[in-house]
Amino acid sequence: MNLPVMTPAIGLDEAMHFAWLEADLLDHACYDEWLALWTPQARYVVPIDPAATEFEDCLNYIYDDHDMRRKRTERLVSGQSISASPVARTVRLLSRFRILQADHSACELRCAQMLTENRRGRTRSYAANVSHRLVRDAGTLKIDQKIVRLINSTEALGGIGYIL
Amino acid sequence: MNIAVTVAPDSAGLVLPDRVRSSMYTDPAMFEAEMARIFERTWVWVAHASEIAEPGAFKMAMVGLQPVIVVRDRKGAVHVHVNRCRHRAATVCEVAKGKTNSFVCPYHGWSYALDGSLRGVPYDTGYAGAIDKREFPLKSLRVEEYAGLIFASFRHDIEPLADFLGGAKKWIDLFMKQSAGYPLTTLGEHKFRFPGNWKIQLENTTDAYHFPLVHKSFLTATDKETEAMMDIMNNGGFVEDLGNGHSVMVMVPGLVDLDENLDAPIPRKFEALAAKLAQDHSAQEVRRIVRAVGGTGFNLNLFPNLGCSAAFFRVLQPISVDETEVRHVALGMQGGPKAANRARLRIHEFFQGPMGFGSPDDAEVWDRVQHGAQGGKDLWLMLNRGTVNEETLADGHRRGDVSAETGMRAAYRQWKAMMEVAS
Repeated sequence: MNLPVMTPAIGLDEAMHFAWLEADLLDHACYDEWLALWTPQARYVVPIDPAATEFEDCLNYIYDDHDMRRKRTERLVSGQSISASPVARTVRLLSRFRILQADHSACELRCAQMLTENRRGRTRSYAANVSHRLVRDAGTLKIDQKIVRLINSTEALGGIGYIL
Repeated sequence: MNIAVTVAPDSAGLVLPDRVRSSMYTDPAMFEAEMARIFERTWVWVAHASEIAEPGAFKMAMVGLQPVIVVRDRKGAVHVHVNRCRHRAATVCEVAKGKTNSFVCPYHGWSYALDGSLRGVPYDTGYAGAIDKREFPLKSLRVEEYAGLIFASFRHDIEPLADFLGGAKKWIDLFMKQSAGYPLTTLGEHKFRFPGNWKIQLENTTDAYHFPLVHKSFLTATDKETEAMMDIMNNGGFVEDLGNGHSVMVMVPGLVDLDENLDAPIPRKFEALAAKLAQDHSAQEVRRIVRAVGGTGFNLNLFPNLGCSAAFFRVLQPISVDETEVRHVALGMQGGPKAANRARLRIHEFFQGPMGFGSPDDAEVWDRVQHGAQGGKDLWLMLNRGTVNEETLADGHRRGDVSAETGMRAAYRQWKAMMEVAS
């Protein structure tokens, strides 16, 4: 009897290392490599309403498709944006990882992100719950959706001229 | 009486017709006096009717530095109350927005009806009959509404709102056309703070001069049609002083009246939207919605705290002399086509808010203004751009070219008039 070959589900270790890779690329301004991490139809979302799920029909801070992500990275390097000249230096720590759902082709990863920024003599920090939907694509992982839920999303924020 | 009211710095020498002193941004005593003499004495915008549409609906707001509740009672009347229990001052509401039957103080349980009247005092036998509930309603402000804009004032003898708005009413009516025949509704808001004085933001709403430089990265990122439309220094716009500190800056003259030119070709950027709308709307409806979807071609600045700014409300909240909160309230069509409201949301997200392609650059230069104003305190802030070619219209309004600082001069004239009234 022939048993089907079982591909193992995406595990915590693999997903966690992928999220750390993304964090490292952003903190080190490697935007081309960052853009390549995404599936073509992926969305990068920073919601305002903590309860929102239908992001397309409500106001978000960020609701980016590929084109908007590309424009956002260009803005950070073009020198045309005074709030991104220079871009804030950031260090983000990702921890408290948990896989909410996984099979061999996709997983839902949730983690905590503590980000500290420094720019023009000011240091600020932002805490967020971050959810990634990761999919396996030709052997490697890709981001199909990333949602950054700032714990103070309904409060007044400072200008955030970088990618969360 | 607020001490600051009696010792307000001499404002006469601080404001000349074409320049103001930089202590306008930096003097804490001046800020205190502004809260008392301007924000507590004029009409301050507190809500749009759609935010409190149903009976019992409320939202928290501020008038100057005083926390207030804006609430619609069961009969539909709107009240604005100071958010403070008459017993020992605790706020009776700390929910930003919601629906309720009453407001109950969390400290000792005094409860108030939506109209502000005191209804319940727990264990009132302790007062042995020495308390008359009629003496302790929530403190209420005067409230009036124009075209869905709800304003409140601490001065019960203030002029009617319609008179205060005066020349701005025509522009409010034009602004409201962007809901394309549907009721206008708020669709959420972006909120951010910058470390600078509130008047820096007030000035900015009618400042075309900064646009090509500060918003270069937005103009680069947007589509070619929008870039050409927002070449506002070269599109024949103007700024007009509307009286009482209000002003309008017309950036895109072709988008002043959204009910006109409905036969104009649909811009390429909206072709996909138009095709989608055409599935269940007539050709005429599609044209009307598409023409309105990007908002109006002007910014209306209402002194002191509201801007009806192209496609959104800009709300100013002073926090301290060098801290200001700005809210950009997104607008849409209540019950209108989903695709069109989505387009409006994406346009708003693109430019506005702490992570938009426009607002962070504005916030950065305002921050720089506040920092720079710490230096050279004997120097003036110059507001003389466009004075030479300014014309006076038949109705007495002054009008300058699009980048004239006419709107700022209008605001500071009102500022001075209000600051010079002692009590």
